[in-house]
Amino acid sequence: MEKILLRNIDAPDSHTLAAYRSRGGYRALERALREMSPERLIEEIKASGLRGRGGAGFPTGMKWGFVPKDSPKPKYVVCNADESEPGTFKDRVLIEKDPHAIIEGTIMAAYAIQSHTAFIYIRGEFSFGAKVLEKAIDEAMQAGYLGKNILGSGYDLDIILHRGAGAYICGEETGLLSSLEGGKGWPKVKPPFPATHGLFGCPTVVNNVETLASLPWIIDQGAARYAAIGTEKSKGTKLFSVSGHIRRPGVYEVEMGYPFKRFLEEDCGGVPEGKKLKGVIPGGASMPVLRADEIDGVRMDYESFQAAGTLLGSGGVIVMDESACMVRAAWNIARFFAHESCGQCTPCREGCHWMEKIFRRIEHGEGRKEDLDLVLSVSGNIMGNTICPFGDAAAMPAAAFVKKYREEFEEHIRQKRCVVLAA
Amino acid sequence: MAVKFPDESLKRFDEIVRRYPKKEAAMLPVLRLAQEEFGYLSAEAIDYVARIMETPVAHVYGVVTFYTMLNMKPVGRHHIQLCRTLPCALAGAEKISALIKAKLGIGVGETTPDGKFTVSEVECLASCGSGPMMQLNDDYYENLTEAKVAEILEKLK
Ligand SMILES: Cc1cc2nc3c(=O)[nH]c(=O)nc-3n(C[C@H](O)[C@H](O)[C@H](O)COP(=O)(O)O)c2cc1C
Ligand code: SF4
Ligand code: FES
Repeated sequence: MEKILLRNIDAPDSHTLAAYRSRGGYRALERALREMSPERLIEEIKASGLRGRGGAGFPTGMKWGFVPKDSPKPKYVVCNADESEPGTFKDRVLIEKDPHAIIEGTIMAAYAIQSHTAFIYIRGEFSFGAKVLEKAIDEAMQAGYLGKNILGSGYDLDIILHRGAGAYICGEETGLLSSLEGGKGWPKVKPPFPATHGLFGCPTVVNNVETLASLPWIIDQGAARYAAIGTEKSKGTKLFSVSGHIRRPGVYEVEMGYPFKRFLEEDCGGVPEGKKLKGVIPGGASMPVLRADEIDGVRMDYESFQAAGTLLGSGGVIVMDESACMVRAAWNIARFFAHESCGQCTPCREGCHWMEKIFRRIEHGEGRKEDLDLVLSVSGNIMGNTICPFGDAAAMPAAAFVKKYREEFEEHIRQKRCVVLAA
Repeated sequence: MAVKFPDESLKRFDEIVRRYPKKEAAMLPVLRLAQEEFGYLSAEAIDYVARIMETPVAHVYGVVTFYTMLNMKPVGRHHIQLCRTLPCALAGAEKISALIKAKLGIGVGETTPDGKFTVSEVECLASCGSGPMMQLNDDYYENLTEAKVAEILEKLK
């Protein structure tokens, strides 16, 4: 398979402008600015079938198309580099190894909606990544890819690197925008969507790092070539970051539709030490876990994961072998959500803490018979009753753990102890 | 002692504010600058930021308490932030946590009496394929083993 997203990362000094340009970097941008109108660029990205890689899989060209063309307000593009979904570490690779691909993609997105100020919102903990990006932005500015009259096209753009300060919810696009406005990262009710009412109430496009980094290749090679890769509805390639009980953890670029089982066993080397697979979360900690017997026939695309009862999400694959305690895993994830809830909605704020408490007491031998139904009822009360999708992201995995490993949970409660780690 | 940015930081403050379409958007970088300058965000530092950002003190408090990287208490010279989230936990983060606490004689959220070390447990730092991992001040330390952690701590002591 031809690499699109990871094509540059193994080149020496891949983060520098010189290396990026020597491999064809910024060629696509030059073409776009010289030969394509913003409308034409949007059509090309629509034709490529590219869908957002931040988790929701929304078609990128269509999202850009929602931005009003005649608005008197300024327009903004924000590159979402907040990468905080547990199990996800793909954007960090691009940020550190191929920052110019992100910048070139960001310029294209900004040109497409005729924005003159773009932001890269990078999570606060990425100090090294922020340095790499800052340097790359300076280089791009020096070379005339940013600033006034880019490459003589008459188009102007500034990119501002904005560092977060530690809060998972700032990855959610409206939380991100609240944070960028200088406040708490509190999500806002949608609609209105950022495309019409985003940063400071102005039309705004928020795209994930990986989404933006896909753009230069698509424009360089043509939408048709991109659309020929993958499945009917999931086009192109996707990065998957693999962690947990797996022989070769890391970031993989995969053609959409690739068999999941083969990926885990052959590409990633399978579960180490001859142990048996117990479960795998395919799309970051917000997504429901799959039992080992549920992965047969599953393919790595949006539709196939959904048909299997989970979601592709961020592509954060967390593998658990038979030595993992599913109560402890559920507790760990519930604790994450309890810690990260922004607290605006009662069902989310209270419910996340409830679920964390219940899982904790089951794991510590203090579970009650009614606890499992209690988790399901708390989870059910969160679902669909919150301002942002964080609520569902916390509720879905909790319910999935209980439903899919119910016996293990019941055994913990019956024996009043952890029956896996003690064994 | 009244806190105030020295001239060098004031210059940086002006540069930061100028970059943004609206002054209020510069809140996080300005708070970071203040934290760098003053070590942590004391009540005086927060008052000062509210004044130069021309915004109510209560708003600044709200922001500071929202983000985990903004500290209202002093932290040690070496801030150990161990990831506790699932992939790192599967890789053995709990053992590493126990070792760090035992070696330093403090619990999570505490600072050694000499002010050298603070230990925190944090959520996923996007390095899950190389767990267990921690962030020590700005830098990532990955694929931690007990031996590796002992060596790192020894060097810093
Ligand atoms: C709780 C939560 C956390 C999120 N975290 C991230 C994140 O860290 N990075 C990201 O790109 N998108 C994240 N998203 C998705 C964003 O809201 C948004 O859909 C995405 O950035 C849009 O970009 P895309 O269309 O290119 O995927 C998150 C969503 C939710 C609900
Ligand atoms: S669902 Fe949770 S995270 Fe989202 S706005 Fe409500 S309280 Fe905040
Ligand atoms: S779980 Fe530790 S870095 Fe992601």
